[in-house]
Amino acid sequence: MSKIHVTTTVNGDPVEFLADPRDTLLDCLRDQLGLTGTKEGCGTGDCGACSVTVDGVLVCSCLVLGAEAQGKQIGTVEGIANGSELHPLQRKFIEHAALQCGFCTPGILVAAKALLEQNPDPTETEVRYWLAGNLCRCTGYDKIIRAVLDAGAEMRGAN
Amino acid sequence: MPKDDLKTGYRIVGTRPDRPDGLDKVTGRARYGADISAPGMLHAAVVRSPHAHARIIRIDASKALVLDGVKAVITRADFPTGLTGEDWNLQENTIAGDVALYDGHAVAAVAATSKLLAQDAARLIEVVYEVLPHVIDVDAAMQPDAPVIRAGTADHSVPEGMHPNVVKYIDFGHGDLEAGFAAADLVRAQTYKTEATHQGYIEPHACLGQMGADGKGEMWVCTQGQWYIRRMCSAVLGTDASQLRVTPSEIGGGFGGKTTIFMEPLALALSRKAGGRPVKLVMSRAEVLRATGPTASASMDVKLGMKADGTLTAAQVNFRMQGGAFIGSSPVGEALSCALACYTIPAVHHEGYEVLANRPKAAAYRAPGSPMAAFAVESLLDEMCRELGLDPLAVRLKNAAREGAKASYGPTYNRIGLVETLEATMAHANLKVPLGPNQGRGVASGFWFNHGGETSVSLAIGEDGTVTVSVGTPDIGGSRASLGMMTAETLGIPYEAVRVNIVETGALGVNEPTHGSRATFASGLAAVEAAKQAIKTMCARAAAEWGIDADAVEWIDGAAAPAGPNAGKFPPMSIAEIGAKMGSTGGPISGHHEVTAGGFGASFGAHVVDVEVDPETGRTTVLRYLVVQDAGRAIHPAYVEGQYHGGAVQGIGWALNEEYVYGADGRLQNTVFLDYRIPVASDLPMIDTVIVEVPNPGHPYGVRGVGETGITPPLPALANAIAAATGARLRSLPMSPPKVLAAIKAKANGQG
Repeated sequence: MSKIHVTTTVNGDPVEFLADPRDTLLDCLRDQLGLTGTKEGCGTGDCGACSVTVDGVLVCSCLVLGAEAQGKQIGTVEGIANGSELHPLQRKFIEHAALQCGFCTPGILVAAKALLEQNPDPTETEVRYWLAGNLCRCTGYDKIIRAVLDAGAEMRGAN
Repeated sequence: MPKDDLKTGYRIVGTRPDRPDGLDKVTGRARYGADISAPGMLHAAVVRSPHAHARIIRIDASKALVLDGVKAVITRADFPTGLTGEDWNLQENTIAGDVALYDGHAVAAVAATSKLLAQDAARLIEVVYEVLPHVIDVDAAMQPDAPVIRAGTADHSVPEGMHPNVVKYIDFGHGDLEAGFAAADLVRAQTYKTEATHQGYIEPHACLGQMGADGKGEMWVCTQGQWYIRRMCSAVLGTDASQLRVTPSEIGGGFGGKTTIFMEPLALALSRKAGGRPVKLVMSRAEVLRATGPTASASMDVKLGMKADGTLTAAQVNFRMQGGAFIGSSPVGEALSCALACYTIPAVHHEGYEVLANRPKAAAYRAPGSPMAAFAVESLLDEMCRELGLDPLAVRLKNAAREGAKASYGPTYNRIGLVETLEATMAHANLKVPLGPNQGRGVASGFWFNHGGETSVSLAIGEDGTVTVSVGTPDIGGSRASLGMMTAETLGIPYEAVRVNIVETGALGVNEPTHGSRATFASGLAAVEAAKQAIKTMCARAAAEWGIDADAVEWIDGAAAPAGPNAGKFPPMSIAEIGAKMGSTGGPISGHHEVTAGGFGASFGAHVVDVEVDPETGRTTVLRYLVVQDAGRAIHPAYVEGQYHGGAVQGIGWALNEEYVYGADGRLQNTVFLDYRIPVASDLPMIDTVIVEVPNPGHPYGVRGVGETGITPPLPALANAIAAATGARLRSLPMSPPKVLAAIKAKANGQG
């Protein structure tokens, strides 16, 4: 089966790769582009560990084909920090001990960033429902929710 | 950084610094099991049995092998024969021999130049099966007509006349049971069942293995214990342990499920057959659920005797557990030992049966056996308290195990903190919150032994006086931070001046995995001793330079200082000064400690949960949740809280949602997270915690270990809360909406 040439933008950088028609965007990010920060926890869109944005929309990259990335703007965990300056969410996750094993963390950071961009002042309930598609088995979510709320507060204060 | 009010006098212990691996883990740089590739790498896929029990008649890989890019196919024929005991179990579970023993059992594996090609090739491998009768339920597996899974497995402990699927029998206790029950005002007995649940770590098993024809190999793998991987792979492959170098990746959760092997030898065997090319093997979620360590399912009888004032007079437990098709895999022994450990009861008797079933080989899951046992015992205790009109927490306190008491499982307790834990629970504000209609409050206690075990730690002083610590226990929940903190505290240097590395198998003596809540306890104890050894050397170097006795030098605030009659004669010599010139004062300075750590201290907990049960749907909502647990000493309180949160929520999932669902054909029905539903953020409230600190005398900083106890009380606490809310008592898990609704209806019809 011949491969498809894909030209796209990841975290602002122009990239190109050859995708098997069956390759998911997750496979292409990890195996073709070496962006292994995005994780596979299930491959069925249930766990959110592979969360990325495509043209600003939050998706599970295991449910998107690599070929569909053609001409899009892809955002991954590797693009959240501004150079060596961490995003408030990243700082707050460390400060609140909001990660234990850290495997779900990239997906949760991408999802939480997407939340705060469209709702800068979410309630606890809104954060919990927005992140209901991101499974974490270690933390019981408590410190994750606190970190997201605190990051939101800091970002509102900075604006 | 805020310092908690612990009144310890410590500089660092008890504070909440950033974890050293935090930056890597929030930027996506941390490298987990599937994140590494190697030059010339092949990808592997596994062929698995679609049957619960089937004889393997023929495996034909010819259609796969003719594909360009397919480099190797392996079956059991590629592994050595003659293994015995647990080594045979491990080999048999890695790849089936004559018979596939459960749905998902590996039968063959293939390596090819791409992941998709390997998957295509696996589908072309033809396996002819003769389907055999199967059995899934633990009670059914003991019946006379149950299919025999493997005759001759039972050990000498099993009484005559039992079904061959019963492979182990345990029996212990103390006191006069008959007299104990005779002395009781109320005697009650009930039967409880729990289904198997999975650890549910978000990272599927993954490894990258390489092995040449000479038996020398390397492996990168997500594991809780690199030496366990080394020993088990070597045993299964018939190679020498010393020739396999295992490097642990970052680990995306384990909870006990990554303390053993499942598919790692397949990667090495494929590599060996493919001319030594490295082979990457990553499980899908369905493979994780079908073929890696769930916990056991259990069927349990409990009988308790209680006086009218709540004093327990006698207790009898009889547990049946299946841990899959392999002897020694169920935690029935631990379940029995934990069952009554919270209480001092004059007469106790425990009986347990391990039973084979056509299910995957159970692995450890957070306090193995204890949650099921607690569900049974703590549920019945709660029922009896209600019947006698007694406060369930006061009854627990009245009977609580204390220092010097004989534990239900035999030994005498040293300093333990159950009384302090229960007192802190009774004083908590959550108990005073009024409840509304359809709401109920449940309480329960829980116990885990904790563990020490084989431990080896090295510590080296750098040329600039900063310190590197090499440990063998993978960091799953922040142990780099706790180990760095204790090392820095002992050396009197900043936390930031210590780097803790998790090292490969060649770098230290054998370490047990991060299991048994032991990383901060045992690696911490060894790191502290290693630091003390380095301090002794540094004091000797300073003494030699000053021309005084080494005994006349003490270590204060990260520096050697003359003491006694020499006090003040020389300015203190800092660790940085000593490190800078160590090359000319005697050579590198390091510390090392290895030990099979004893002195571990049990951790007790008490949980209080408030629920609301929807009478129309049977759905249970957790309104508030309190965890109180004795940590001994919380080195990094934020990560101790994290363990309490995580244990409670895994327990909530086990209590309310999670179960292995099998079809009549013996196949697992819920092999994706959509159907095997673990708790999500919107299911839960914040989890309140109280860290009780009754220091463990067996650890330099009083650490007990905090990882496991927290999963134990939620199962009965939820059952007790649901009973309080609805009047309906559920004695089988999970308490999913249909079961709760049926129980409510049965109660209304006078059957409950």
